[in-house]
Amino acid sequence: MINYWPLLGIALVVIGFALRFNPLLVVASAAIVTGLLGHLPFLKVLATLGHGFNENRYVTIIWIILPVVGLLERYGLQEQARTLIGSIRGATAGRLLIVYLAIRQILSALGLTTVAGHPQTVRPLVAPMAIAAAEKQHGELDGETSERVKAMSAATDNVGLFFGEDIFLAIASILLIQGSLASFGIQLTPFQLSVWAIPSAICAFLIHGTRLLLLDRRLGRRK
Amino acid sequence: MINLHWLYVLAGAVFAGFAIGSLRDETNCKRWGNAAFWLLLAGSFWFGDFLGDLGNGILVLALVGIAGMHFIGRGSKESTTADERQRSSERHGNRLFLPALIIPFTAFVGTLLFNYTPLKGLNLIDPKAVTLVLLGCGVIIALVVSHVWLRPPALAAVDEGSRLANSIGWAMVLPQMLASLGVIFAAAGVGTTIGAIVGAIIPEGSILLAVILYALGMVVFTIIMGNAFAAFPVMAAAIGVPILIHADGGNPAVIGAVGMLAGFCGTLMTPMAANFNIVPAALLELKNQYGVIRAQVPTAIPLLIVNILILYVAGFHL
Repeated sequence: MINYWPLLGIALVVIGFALRFNPLLVVASAAIVTGLLGHLPFLKVLATLGHGFNENRYVTIIWIILPVVGLLERYGLQEQARTLIGSIRGATAGRLLIVYLAIRQILSALGLTTVAGHPQTVRPLVAPMAIAAAEKQHGELDGETSERVKAMSAATDNVGLFFGEDIFLAIASILLIQGSLASFGIQLTPFQLSVWAIPSAICAFLIHGTRLLLLDRRLGRRK
Repeated sequence: MINLHWLYVLAGAVFAGFAIGSLRDETNCKRWGNAAFWLLLAGSFWFGDFLGDLGNGILVLALVGIAGMHFIGRGSKESTTADERQRSSERHGNRLFLPALIIPFTAFVGTLLFNYTPLKGLNLIDPKAVTLVLLGCGVIIALVVSHVWLRPPALAAVDEGSRLANSIGWAMVLPQMLASLGVIFAAAGVGTTIGAIVGAIIPEGSILLAVILYALGMVVFTIIMGNAFAAFPVMAAAIGVPILIHADGGNPAVIGAVGMLAGFCGTLMTPMAANFNIVPAALLELKNQYGVIRAQVPTAIPLLIVNILILYVAGFHL
């Protein structure tokens, strides 16, 4: 008999996120409720949570980059990013992000996934450049529009990473697919798998690129 | 051999720095809460391996308590005015990009060196930690270079780092918390339950319907778990291998690779993938915490449809 009760933990996460409670609180509560409904004693749940947190510390290491980014911002990095893009003729937010999308996909396909990212490149460079280009197209941006341009900058980084990295042979997800299928007796090489990431990567570039061009059109129209 | 623990020591020091920087910001009425939050995190990085599982669990509850009771928040102190930054950028020009590019450049050169040269065999760095070690090296080099070149006040890096850290706030540890939730989900058997539910509703006879169910299962499970990696083994066991590959004779490489990519479309649409979707919203100071997800959904849905078509055509008809 399968115990369906732990699924309530998922419902708790959905409700908590939808009602915009503090996400840390939502996730911790969901963890404890799920554990208890899965018939683990409370102290065991707490220990499992603590163990999971300790084992996953590497996820949070990326933030050691903040002092560098903050220091350079103090000396005008974002302003310089804007100046640079302002001096390039024909630069638009959409075109800039299309170039970034292509670079991000290619670098990820070469296994260089950590070369770029939200703290490394989007906050200090890409987002201010996109905003500056959008201001050139559109004049002063209202709050909603600048929010949209910034969100598209972050989105472009994600699309570029997700639909580039699987072309690289030694990336974790390819190895996971290989390992999972091998446990069913299906032997594949990483190369056989990563080739099939290419069609989706091209489609991702076309679809997201089209949306970026549409963003340009909207920015141009509202002038 | 340099392993993850070296980085934990470095990261603990940076988080302790955030605590100090938070305390120095007198404009922030929540500075004590901020300092306690970052100090606990520093403690986790430095002493996590000595606290025991239960000790770490209590530390997690304390972190969640501080964040959940809204004891942390950002200050209003700006170290330099917009005018000063503008003038500084005019003085230093494009050279300002150089320190910023040191970190990606170190990652780039390091990855090449440790994958394609004899350095690979020297066991200098634990292979599992290479990317993070290179990040750490990049950060240290960039900090040294910017100090030598720009000669900022002694505690400027601490102040600026904590300014950014406090504007991101709780979102910084959300990905790690979600990873721990994944551990609990696994311990409580959530994955097998979902696999059993999906496996029970397989349509008979229609390859296209089975393909759609497989892809949507990847998406929904990824949205719930925040991670396609957790979804893949479950969906492969429930539909991918028994139905698509064995019963219907699909191409296993396509079913595997494109199935995972269908899951990635789900990653674009879920707040559970916090480091990609929620953290950047905080990092870019968006008003809507779901702003990045909203920007991604119109890319994710057509891309999902395309992936289903690729699965169907390349998996069964090529």
